[in-house]
Amino acid sequence: MKILVCISNVPDTTTKVKFTDNNKQVDDAGVQWIINPWDELALTRAIELKEDGNNSIDEVCVINVGLSKCDATLRKALAIGADKAIRIDADPIDAYYVAAQIADYLKNNPFDIVLSGIESSDYNGSSVGGMLSEFMDCPAISSMTKLEIENGNVTIHRAIPGGKQILELTTPFVGIVQKGITNEPRIPAMRGIMMARKKPLEVLSAVEMESLSHIVEFELPVAKASCKMIDAEHLEELVNLLKSEAKVL
Amino acid sequence: MSVIAFAKNWEGKFKKSTYELVSYAKELAFRLNTQTLVLSIGEVEESELEKLVQYGADKIISVDDSRLNILSSRIYAEVISQVVNKEDASYVILSDNNSGKAISPRLSVKLKAGLAAGVLDVPKSLDPFVIKKQVFTGKAFAYVQIDSEKKILTLSKNSFGIVENPTSLNLVKFTPELSDDLFKIKVKSVESSDNKIILADADIVVSAGRGMKSADNWQPVEDLASVMGAATACSRPVSDDGWRGHEEHVGQTGKVIAPNLYFAIGISGAIQHVAGVSRSKCIVAINTDPEAPIFSVADYGVVGDAMIVLPELTEIIRNGE
Repeated sequence: MKILVCISNVPDTTTKVKFTDNNKQVDDAGVQWIINPWDELALTRAIELKEDGNNSIDEVCVINVGLSKCDATLRKALAIGADKAIRIDADPIDAYYVAAQIADYLKNNPFDIVLSGIESSDYNGSSVGGMLSEFMDCPAISSMTKLEIENGNVTIHRAIPGGKQILELTTPFVGIVQKGITNEPRIPAMRGIMMARKKPLEVLSAVEMESLSHIVEFELPVAKASCKMIDAEHLEELVNLLKSEAKVL
Repeated sequence: MSVIAFAKNWEGKFKKSTYELVSYAKELAFRLNTQTLVLSIGEVEESELEKLVQYGADKIISVDDSRLNILSSRIYAEVISQVVNKEDASYVILSDNNSGKAISPRLSVKLKAGLAAGVLDVPKSLDPFVIKKQVFTGKAFAYVQIDSEKKILTLSKNSFGIVENPTSLNLVKFTPELSDDLFKIKVKSVESSDNKIILADADIVVSAGRGMKSADNWQPVEDLASVMGAATACSRPVSDDGWRGHEEHVGQTGKVIAPNLYFAIGISGAIQHVAGVSRSKCIVAINTDPEAPIFSVADYGVVGDAMIVLPELTEIIRNGE
């Protein structure tokens, strides 16, 4: 069995986002780029399954649609334990464009399981995994919190509001990964970093594909008015303000 | 040309977010000078469907097939696309919740319709179609232009509000064509967690962080939540350390919520946490450290020990009921 993990290259979550070019571009200055946190969880789970040995996973491959600045992030994925990385060399204009590029790659390079994070911490589209499943015409499991494979049988937990569903299904499918799928993302060890240098990072040119949307402009939120402090000895004042001023209680 | 809102039901019932969705669809249809259609999938009683008329549904299309009572993004996307094609609709609006997030990308590919996920407002312009959405988990906004003829939007909760706009009931049934092949996923079982109030739906959320010092100190948090009918939540370190479950983690890498009232207790206010709650209408911060960054994003603040403040606050609210 082969697992493909889609990787999005995003600013570190501690980044204070800024824009340049009349709010038309994200300001890259000083930004640390990381594997999108949910994609990192998906990758970690894929590697755990491969290491388990009983699951007959032969290969864990990562794929990204992006420009050359994404290579460092893909090297990190290799250092964590992916066997191979693919980068489709293109500016990811919108989720449709990205999913269409990966779907095109999958036509000639089939995988049994495709994983993606439930969201990317930059554009919050939550879209690439679902779009891919439609291009592939296969099931997608959203909010996947557990993935087990035993003798080729796949068991999945899906978080639903107020609980979870336990599902059984056959490959191929797209798993859209939520927190809980694994305990913690892996940190690359020195040995992994050394080995990553020898692993293949293949750069492919993009196919002709249209996008359906694009970002015109960014905007930063307006700063909040200052916080009204209430004395801990007079909490009834807080309750009164919540009732009569904020009208939320 | 018309606008279709997909009204998801939960065990045959709609939620406030459904009414907000229909209200929004009505406003959009009004601006486009067209009809507001509302699509319901799965078995829902007529009396429940009729409630949508209050918010401006010109026509309600019900697909009352019991096989569709449990959500499947693949099948739902298929049903919606059949209705879109039959009605020749140009806009599909879904709620930006679990189901909307699962269905909308599939629908986007099926209809070759551009998707703006998590929109926050009515369109800034209709031609070209430009709309505001959140990016970087609430740290910023983007204006997205959708270039395709058909367009899909998912609406962020509490971004438009519920607006009454009564019409008269026009209810039709629709039977989609669905191949057996689509029913491939087997749901073996469903487990419910003990949380009585679902975080994503809650109007009030009481959230606590590492400032509580120990997993054993959560009773005052639970008590405050229970007296207000609120959901409980927590910051990332708390769920990472296993003090509370992952499903309670709010923040950039957890759940992003937009309640009316958010209590941040013993939460310092790291940028990742604030990103996940910044769309709350009102934030109350309770912290021992007067310099904690959470106070710079809060509307009201109390400097004090949560173990003393919370029981007192709970008592005041209980007596005020």
